[in-house]
Amino acid sequence: MKDPVAVSVKNLTLRYGATLAIDDISFDVAGGELFGFIGPDGAGKTSLFRVLTTLLVPNRGACFVEGHDVVKEYHQIRNLCGYMPGKFSLYLDLTVEENLSFFATIFGATIEENYDLIKDIYVQIEPFKKRKAGKLSGGMKQKLALSCALIHKPRILFLDEPTTGVDAVSRREFWDMLKRLRDGGITILVSTPYMDEAGKCDRVALMQSGKIMKIDTPEGIIKDYPYALLAVKAGDVYPLLKELIQYPGARRADTFGQSVHLSFRKGEIQPDELQRYLIQKGHPHVDIEPITATIEDCFMDLMTIN
Amino acid sequence: MNDVTLTPDIRTKQGMAISSENIILVKDLVKKFGNFIANDHLTFQVRKGEIFGFLGANGAGKTTAIKILCGLWYPTSGELNVAGYDIYTQREKVKQNIGYMSQKFSLYDDLTVFENIRFYGGIYGLRKNEISERAKSLMEKLDLSSARNKLIRDIPLGWKQKLAFSVAMLHNPKIVFLDEPTGGVDPITRRQFWNLIYEAAHGGTTVFVTTHYMDESEYCNRVSIMVDGRIAALDTPEKLKYQYNASTMDDVFIRLARGK
Amino acid sequence: MKRFGAFVVKEFYHIFRDYRTLLILFGMPAVQLMLFGYVITNEIKDARIAIYDPSKDVVTRTISDKILSSGYFILERNLNNVAEIEDAFRYGEVGLAIIFEPEFAKKMEKTGTAHLQVIGDASDPNTANILVNYVSGIISNYLISINSEKIPHQIIPETRMMYNGELKGVYMFVPGLMAMLLMLISALMTSLAITREKELGTMELLLVSPLQPVQIIIGKVFPYVFLAFIDAIIILILANTVFHVPVLGSVSLLLGESFLYICMALSLGILISTITSSQQIAMMVSLVALMLPTILLSGFIFPVENMPWILQAFCYVMPPKYFITIIKSIMLQGNGLANVWHETLILLGFTLFFLILSIKKFNIRLA
Repeated sequence: MKDPVAVSVKNLTLRYGATLAIDDISFDVAGGELFGFIGPDGAGKTSLFRVLTTLLVPNRGACFVEGHDVVKEYHQIRNLCGYMPGKFSLYLDLTVEENLSFFATIFGATIEENYDLIKDIYVQIEPFKKRKAGKLSGGMKQKLALSCALIHKPRILFLDEPTTGVDAVSRREFWDMLKRLRDGGITILVSTPYMDEAGKCDRVALMQSGKIMKIDTPEGIIKDYPYALLAVKAGDVYPLLKELIQYPGARRADTFGQSVHLSFRKGEIQPDELQRYLIQKGHPHVDIEPITATIEDCFMDLMTIN
Repeated sequence: MNDVTLTPDIRTKQGMAISSENIILVKDLVKKFGNFIANDHLTFQVRKGEIFGFLGANGAGKTTAIKILCGLWYPTSGELNVAGYDIYTQREKVKQNIGYMSQKFSLYDDLTVFENIRFYGGIYGLRKNEISERAKSLMEKLDLSSARNKLIRDIPLGWKQKLAFSVAMLHNPKIVFLDEPTGGVDPITRRQFWNLIYEAAHGGTTVFVTTHYMDESEYCNRVSIMVDGRIAALDTPEKLKYQYNASTMDDVFIRLARGK
Repeated sequence: MKRFGAFVVKEFYHIFRDYRTLLILFGMPAVQLMLFGYVITNEIKDARIAIYDPSKDVVTRTISDKILSSGYFILERNLNNVAEIEDAFRYGEVGLAIIFEPEFAKKMEKTGTAHLQVIGDASDPNTANILVNYVSGIISNYLISINSEKIPHQIIPETRMMYNGELKGVYMFVPGLMAMLLMLISALMTSLAITREKELGTMELLLVSPLQPVQIIIGKVFPYVFLAFIDAIIILILANTVFHVPVLGSVSLLLGESFLYICMALSLGILISTITSSQQIAMMVSLVALMLPTILLSGFIFPVENMPWILQAFCYVMPPKYFITIIKSIMLQGNGLANVWHETLILLGFTLFFLILSIKKFNIRLA
């Protein structure tokens, strides 16, 4: 019977010497959830994963993985979790096959007994199974590292920035694989710096500088965005941005590709007036439309609050 | 692959009409490592004042091409003219007129902010008073004056990136090459960084940038996408999205990659 | 030119801000100077000798006194019979033995000539040579002093070298070489293997797996045990066949001791890897902290007895020193376990010490 709370963290604090890597965070992850940690470098994502996989001891706080204490019962945790560290630690001078076989064996499993778990992923690299891991592309290394983390049928997966440095196609395929694994009942914790990947998780925690700014479903976070947003397009982004920053009544102006997101307090938004203002300033072809916030808008807003 | 003709509605993001003067001319660039062809007959031009995005998956040949343009590696064959100088015969002149910044390395961790500025100013031949003037204005603009004597390893990542860019610009190069400059920073810092890029382009500096973030490719005037050593697409982001029937550059990329 | 200047200034900053570089630039020369200054000495003092004096007359006592007051020698034992000579050398108690013939003074009076034997321990041929020369010198001086008074006399010293009649240098080198090479291979290779795993990041994965730290350590070390052992055998075979270095004692004992030494070096390598984080540092520590002392302070080339007492104390903490003694004892002197059990026990102690310390220090976590 699976523990309904797969991971439980209370008041976790971690220091590296004088640096505060994790600053008093608390959260729970339910069994079978696909949970994302979104944040830039230095947010504390890697440190957090190292604490949960029992590689680091926290300075303060109580953390439990599948009911086991990370400090005292590390041995049990190491048996039931699968870990994919940043930069996919693989043995570059061993072949694909040899890597997989090694990681299976040290967990007391065989490739055969758990093959269906990794089949969908492994078939994509199987034609290269005799190639040394060092000679694989980023996307293939990623798939191999995931297979190695899964081969002993873990109950819970920790994936630290598995999509960093990987091309867009492989990234999409990777998230599809994760969703299938989650549907199969594995709890998955993923960290990523890419804001757009937040939408693929069941719930996300937005992290910055060792703190969690917000935890909720992606939809929930967007719903909680307290301001009204307009997307403004006028051909030349940079001068447009400079104008909009000056626009009275606007809270923030941020570039998003070819348009600028302009946020207002709810009720104060006046697209027509804005259009007149911009035409007057010399931007004849102006496109203004109200939009819902993206995770990135929410993240930036939360950053400025903290 | 393409030579896009200048149509009247292509203006810079800064509001100036892009000069039709080409500042980078590449014709049939080939780079081989043994039997492996990293760059396969690349042909393109970059205009003065343009923000040119150079995209592609890892291993597609982006880094190789950028290193050749900077004069770090010799091409196997092909014509290259960078900042008005021929890469084969006037390599030193090329280097004096370009700036370079990469994600992997930009500044020395064990030197202070000011020492880094002074060092790079020195090796680009700036005079002492030039260096102190530019250092002062640079640090004020980036709000780093209080960190003047701090070691680089002790300042946050976001500040480091912005400082590295400014240092690359210190000697007023004609072109600045940026190799994945915004990896891992938070979204606000990333936008501040791009504001610096816009300003530089507004001032007439050509910016040649590679990036993994597809939404950043939309900040560029034109974008080229490399696949397997060749340029698979080169155009403005709007035209590419139209051509591939995609709503984002991410989709353009995926359609291109899947199509091969 | 100014660009060049800016670059040079930067380089100075890097150097002064990295304590490791400073250590190498200033620390190492100082240490090396001290070491070499004190260790390399061709002068020998306080060499332990044995004297067999069946005559016990004025002349022999005078000569003995002169020898013992020269400052070069210390009397370790007065031998009672010829049979004891062999043992004195075998147990390593003395480096030189002086044997007077019976009725020395009388012979000198009657025939004008007396004989004495000077026997050196040539398992260290350089030292033996020097000591013998000292004795010859002292005897010559004595002769000069007495001959100026009376009729010319002669004392003929007959030299004999034990264990290495031809004073072949290679006899001395092989044990030292073995100690050094095996130490280098085992300690260096092991420390590199473990730190490489740390640098690659795969160590994280191993730690998170059910593998016990003990399994990881022993697993890392296992291949090197075999390979180093094969190396030891190769060295011995080459020394014996090509250079004719004898193996007078038990071969299996020799191999057994080599195996023990290899285990000791491996444990040391593991210990080094637990305190270093990068392969570069591991390599430097292995080379500087192991190689140099092994060559200088183990009695490999320079005899321990001549060093100032501080350095001698260091020597006693050097495992290679004991191994070299054991090898020489077995190979050149043909001794058995009974003679070397003392050193063997010490090596065993070192091995256990390093092993236990490594296991304690081996982090089951990253920090």
